Amino acid sequence: MATMTLLQAINDGLRLEMGRDDRVVVLGEDVGLNGGVFRATQGLFEEFGGDRVMDTPLAESGIIGTAIGMALYGLVPVPEIQFSDFIYPAFDQIVSEAAKMRYRSGGEFTVPMTIRTPIGGGIRGGHYHSQSPEAYFAHTPGLKVVVPSTPEDAKGLLLASIRDPDPVLFMEPKAIYRNTKGEVPEGDFTVPLGKARIVREGTDATLVAWGAMVPVAEKAAEACAGDGVSVEVLDVRSIIPLDEETILESVKKTGRAVVVYEAPKSCGFGAEISAVIAEKAIEYLEGPIARVAGFDTPFPYTLEHMYLPDDGRVRQAIKDLMEF
Amino acid sequence: MTSEMLQVIAEDGAPSHTEAPELSRDQLRTIYRTMLATRELDERGLKLQRQGRIGFYLSSKGQEAAHIGSAFALNPEDWVFQSYRDPGILLLRGITFEEMLHQCYGNAKDNTRGRQMPVHYSFKKVNCNSISSPIGTQIVQAVGAAMAAKIRKDPIVAMTYFGDGGTSSNDFHTGMNFAGVYASPCVFVCENNGWAISCPVDGQTASTTMAAKAEAYGMPGVRVDGNDVLAVYRAAKEAVDRARAGKGPTLLELVTFRMGAHSSSDDDSRYRSEEMMELWGRKDPLARFRQFLVRGGFWEEGEDEELRQSVQSELQAAIEAAEKEGPPPLSSMFDDVFEERTATLEEQWDALRQAYEQGSVSGANVGEFPL
Repeated sequence: MATMTLLQAINDGLRLEMGRDDRVVVLGEDVGLNGGVFRATQGLFEEFGGDRVMDTPLAESGIIGTAIGMALYGLVPVPEIQFSDFIYPAFDQIVSEAAKMRYRSGGEFTVPMTIRTPIGGGIRGGHYHSQSPEAYFAHTPGLKVVVPSTPEDAKGLLLASIRDPDPVLFMEPKAIYRNTKGEVPEGDFTVPLGKARIVREGTDATLVAWGAMVPVAEKAAEACAGDGVSVEVLDVRSIIPLDEETILESVKKTGRAVVVYEAPKSCGFGAEISAVIAEKAIEYLEGPIARVAGFDTPFPYTLEHMYLPDDGRVRQAIKDLMEF
Repeated sequence: MTSEMLQVIAEDGAPSHTEAPELSRDQLRTIYRTMLATRELDERGLKLQRQGRIGFYLSSKGQEAAHIGSAFALNPEDWVFQSYRDPGILLLRGITFEEMLHQCYGNAKDNTRGRQMPVHYSFKKVNCNSISSPIGTQIVQAVGAAMAAKIRKDPIVAMTYFGDGGTSSNDFHTGMNFAGVYASPCVFVCENNGWAISCPVDGQTASTTMAAKAEAYGMPGVRVDGNDVLAVYRAAKEAVDRARAGKGPTLLELVTFRMGAHSSSDDDSRYRSEEMMELWGRKDPLARFRQFLVRGGFWEEGEDEELRQSVQSELQAAIEAAEKEGPPPLSSMFDDVFEERTATLEEQWDALRQAYEQGSVSGANVGEFPL
């Protein structure tokens, strides 16, 4: 085991996989000599050379479109989109091309590509460096969507994503890139996609979260413990495929569910999780399913910390639910 | 404008100002046979749509010289990222009418399992891409494949096809730019057929030519008479050799004409005059090449009828084979979303199967489906 930040764990995973499989290539803006604007690809250019760590022109659709071509040819590309706020020019290539290739070719062509991109607020980045666009992509058949929240998961889920035979959007919660440290196994290991993690066990209510909202949920759960309420915290880890079983089991046990996510509340992925709970476990519920989320506004700059769900708002949601 | 284009065969079949490429008698005859087979497939495909036997069709009539002449310059291992108006490339690479017709019928033997509209072929076994409807998306992918070939040090070229409308797409400019930066072994083939559905080429670009766009991306651009198969081949061969030699990409502008409507759903008489159709009808690439071949003693006039008959009977057999097949099984709708079905997909399939078996799916009225 080694102690790493989430960012170091990603870097470690990339280095390991590039060393293990020479089909793996990294491409994106500033990923080469500069090591990425967050340094996620630091040292890879020096170690693996410019053929495998490619600085690209500034065009997201080109980064993803060429990565798809590389994948069709037989490589395993890991393109980086510098901020997920910049991913939209590549939307067509991701949604209509990469995600549909296996289906529309009857299984002949596949795109084993992992798109890495930082998501979320908390870095005073304003509207164009803070968005959480996971729901747009979760609505896309053929695409997996993964969001780690710990260094160990970041490495293990990244390795599982790169080895996955289908395209994966690997969304990295940038707010906790450097301030989350944890033990990470050295060498090779994977964390399977589609398995939620029980972060903390509890009996009165279930908090469902992903990415940077997991530590917020944990903090709220701790505060609730002080209130005499036992809260279970789940980290979904992969949005698609979603581990419904673990969520439903927990909600059936606690009878209360609160989903916490940074994206705008309406049509965010928390809406889908709420619907799944309502469809399959409504008879176990003691109160309405609650969502603590970002607001249906663009992401603000100055008022960022009022926009982002925090432990106070989550704790209040639990209190309201307990009193329902 | 003719003088600005490479031209080997003049419109009357006589030699023009560009020197003919070196091609054997067999090669010349193979090109002609493929062009004629493509024309026959096109006419039959449109008829099948008009008769209500297939749901849709996209014509390639008039563009046989452009796409077949250029693809003939490739090695079989090279990759093609084509658009939906290039079926002759598949015939050239050994795909059969029957394989193509199974796709057009979307039946149980369609290798793409009834997933796309007719003519959106996908044949990995001959390195031909899965065709997309949105314009230009294949261009950047071709560049990616070419970059991959270069990274792997494989002597492989990627050739990508698009129309004049395609040059307006984001992916054209991005693809050209990436290919220029990485000196990718990629050949960009613009079949400038004059029309993007109803939009004429001067509504598409203010550039003097499509070939001129190459300069901005640091690669040569070559303008060719796209209805002259030998000029097309000559230009394509130079571009492919150049790419394979590590000298980077080329843009070819093949000036041609879409002799049919955009698709079986389009009425081109709304936006094109009869005079224009007649003018371009006289430039038919098939007739021109035939004249050249006959003039050079490579082909007898009488051979056309014989070839046409054999192609037609082959087509007839392929249609009969395709019409014998039922639809793909209902469960296949849930396959190939991912390599393995997720729990959610399994659940949705179970629900559909139950509803189907209970007779509560109105959609089932269109016919019986094997499960």
